[in-house]
Amino acid sequence: MAGPGVAAYLILSVILFATGAFGVLIRRSPLIVLLALEIMLNAGNLALIAFARQTGTGTGQIFALTVMVVAAAEAVVGLGLIVAVSRRHVELDVDKLTNLRG
Amino acid sequence: MTNFIVWVVWVVAALALLTSGTAVVLFQNPFYSALALIGNLASLAVLYLLLAAEFVAAAQVLVYAGAVVVMFLFVIAYLGGRADAPWAGRPSMQSLAAIVAAAAIAVEIVVVIALEAGDELSTAAEVEDNFGSPAEIGRLFLGDHLLAFEVTSIVLLVAAVGGVILGSAVPKESRS
Repeated sequence: MAGPGVAAYLILSVILFATGAFGVLIRRSPLIVLLALEIMLNAGNLALIAFARQTGTGTGQIFALTVMVVAAAEAVVGLGLIVAVSRRHVELDVDKLTNLRG
Repeated sequence: MTNFIVWVVWVVAALALLTSGTAVVLFQNPFYSALALIGNLASLAVLYLLLAAEFVAAAQVLVYAGAVVVMFLFVIAYLGGRADAPWAGRPSMQSLAAIVAAAAIAVEIVVVIALEAGDELSTAAEVEDNFGSPAEIGRLFLGDHLLAFEVTSIVLLVAAVGGVILGSAVPKESRS
């Protein structure tokens, strides 16, 4: 395997995941929370593909493709929710969407 | 020589990945965030190519940069000025807690991997040329992983139906 080993890819993946988690925690706009979620899913994908290359089996790549499909489905449902919320003229702020609080 | 070129490509892609990832999180305007996400996904595709995952890299560019980000841009354009997410008025304790939590997650993952993996990570397997090619992925999907393939189609169908229902329902008070 020419170039950096799997450990370098894993470190990159961890930093990317932490960036996404930071974005989900700190941003209040549901749109940017969704974008940060995509970053977290992609960090997981990078780790899966790095491990697939390291073990020499294709299963990790299959898993990454499945994660990609789930991410697309999540984006559809999340954006649908954001549009539905904005139609009700509620402010787009995850701190103020408290109707379901028990 | 090949090794050197691969290292250069890796470093450039890694820097672009981390810069664009940080930009997605920090931009005030969600439009710029979505554009930065395209750069993030493109540099990830380069890394996938270095890891001999040609089909996943192509799917990444097509599905993410081509479809998901365009959908984000449509919704951001639909919401217009309401989508803006300014930073002002944020309690600083919350920011501090977010930084601590993200750093804790990173440290936990590194520690667990370092403890569990040991020196297994230093040697990569030899792979053939067709590893990660569309033919190989197709053979795996329709052979060993047929159930995952079929369940995926159901997930996509449910998400499509849910998206249509969420997008078409108009609340009673604004109907007239």
